[in-house]
Amino acid sequence: MDIQTWTFIIVGASFALYIGIAFWARAGSTTDFYIAGSAVHPLANGMATAADWMSAASFISMAGLIAFLGRDGAVYLMGWTGGYVLLALLLAPYLRKFGKFTVPDFVGDRYYSRTARLVAILCAVFVSFTYVAGQMRGAGIVFSRFLDVGIHEGVIIGMIIVFFYAVLGGMKGITYTQVAQYCVLIFAYMVPAIYISFMMTNNPVPQIGFGSMLSDGSGVSLLDKLDGLTTELGFAAYTSGTKSTIDVFFITAALMVGTAGLPHVIVRFFTVPKVKDARISAGYACIFIVLLYSTAPAVAAFARANLIETVDQVEYNEVPEWFTNWESTGLLVFDDKSGDGRINYLADPDANELEIDPDIMVLANPEIANLPNWVIGLVAAGALAAALSTAAGLLLVISTSVAHDLVKRTMLPDMTDKGELNIARIAIAFTILIAGYFGVNPPGFVAQTVAFAFGLAAASFFPAIMLGIFYKRMNKEGAIAGMVSGILFTACYIIYFTYINPEISNPDYWWFGISPEGIGTLGMLINFAVAIVVSRYTAPPPQEIQDLVESIRIPRALVEKVKSD
Amino acid sequence: MEDKAKEYWTRNLRYLAILLSIWFLVSFGFGILLVDQLDAIQIGGFRLGFWFAQQGSQFVFVILIFVYVRLMNNLDKEFGFDEV
Repeated sequence: MDIQTWTFIIVGASFALYIGIAFWARAGSTTDFYIAGSAVHPLANGMATAADWMSAASFISMAGLIAFLGRDGAVYLMGWTGGYVLLALLLAPYLRKFGKFTVPDFVGDRYYSRTARLVAILCAVFVSFTYVAGQMRGAGIVFSRFLDVGIHEGVIIGMIIVFFYAVLGGMKGITYTQVAQYCVLIFAYMVPAIYISFMMTNNPVPQIGFGSMLSDGSGVSLLDKLDGLTTELGFAAYTSGTKSTIDVFFITAALMVGTAGLPHVIVRFFTVPKVKDARISAGYACIFIVLLYSTAPAVAAFARANLIETVDQVEYNEVPEWFTNWESTGLLVFDDKSGDGRINYLADPDANELEIDPDIMVLANPEIANLPNWVIGLVAAGALAAALSTAAGLLLVISTSVAHDLVKRTMLPDMTDKGELNIARIAIAFTILIAGYFGVNPPGFVAQTVAFAFGLAAASFFPAIMLGIFYKRMNKEGAIAGMVSGILFTACYIIYFTYINPEISNPDYWWFGISPEGIGTLGMLINFAVAIVVSRYTAPPPQEIQDLVESIRIPRALVEKVKSD
Repeated sequence: MEDKAKEYWTRNLRYLAILLSIWFLVSFGFGILLVDQLDAIQIGGFRLGFWFAQQGSQFVFVILIFVYVRLMNNLDKEFGFDEV
């Protein structure tokens, strides 16, 4: 069977599965809708968190980015996994004990302030929107390349599927679909990686094949070979970095702290029954994520070596079929500058004739390595699972922020559970439409705003939540001043270098050599400093708040609390 | 009760300090600040600094979380703060 038939069968089967789960896991109450009735098994929550977290960016783009960044790609690998240590140790168990629905709930209650709640709602909605547009776009790319339906129709099909299970099942539906999506995406990621690892190094475990000798009998290790290939073409050696140490440090920290501060990840820890479960499900989530993230650098190295070997110095009219397929999407461009009819792939931009969008590396990898057609269909289904699962989680955060935090908690406190559930469903439907609009008409800045989302989460939520738990004396004045100064600083720095003066965005002009991607770390430090200083000079929080902090620090309820709903 | 809660919290903070120091050491230490020095050491096909940066630190992260879960569950039991 050809690639397209396989893709239709595998993608179709996975969609049927998601819809079936959506029917089975309908939501009956707001507790079901927001936090899946706090009854999700930690192992299932770990998988759901992993699927929620690993987006189209992790599945499609990351290995490609690493393939072209070499060692510096470690910022993503460490940044997007190390954040789970912070989450597990510093936030998840306490937020579970606090036991409400959302991040703005925590910020609003802990800092006894509507202003703080509103600031938190704004941050949560903004961060989630920048993210969700990228997911819809990722789904669109997969549809257009593998199912031949056009990016627009692709986005619309994706919207309908998400609409179905998110509106019907809320968090409950989303959680159980995400469990299925995790299985699909990890299988789809591992199969080609194992194939290629075995072909290139005779070792089926990509994590080990990555550091093994090549199977061509040359006695050279994969990484040495790659260092040789890259330096020969004028690039920096694959295993050496080009970014400055301070920049790598700050970007890694911003991604780690940002991960721990992202509302759609944090909210997952409200869905398990106990504090103990919140801790262990962070551990499971980390294993499930590391399974993919430790494979990614291997995939990156295989892909880069394969690419160079397959296309460099090849006659253009003898290129393999995948090459022309991707050329037609515009994501791969060949420009015969030297006019010799051969592809010259070089580091020097004036002589280089091949422009490759890093986004295509994972998707094209099975074709480059000549894997069977069903593997290619599987990769398409995996990429869609990654995009849709993350989109659903983000949409839920946005609709919860609107229905629960904004309407119920600040505007109509007397609303019934049923009324709130309806508003939540309407809000999620609207959000899907807006997200779909951005998927079809992507703002040119989607890629840059991802850094923005992480920087903002790092500079706003993380310090506010952490201080709320670990520093009893922290009051509303300090927290608000900290969040506002952290966000403003980070936003101004990013906007200045990305939109106002992009031509001087280079290490000579960056403060201390920190790129806009890493500036969230400095924003976070500013937030901490401002919050602590301001709180010292203002009144301590009221006694009941200090008691609240005491109570979230201990897993067992000292006085049994009656659940309000 | 209050003294017990305080002691529980101090123990918790001590665990956090130790675990987060290891977290910092393997990622920011081995993977970033000392990466060039460690790259002089070759294990199999890997330079050690490169390995920590791209893979090793992740494995340590997983271990750290599971050690934390164990330590805290035991601590909860010791203080009678575990949930029923």
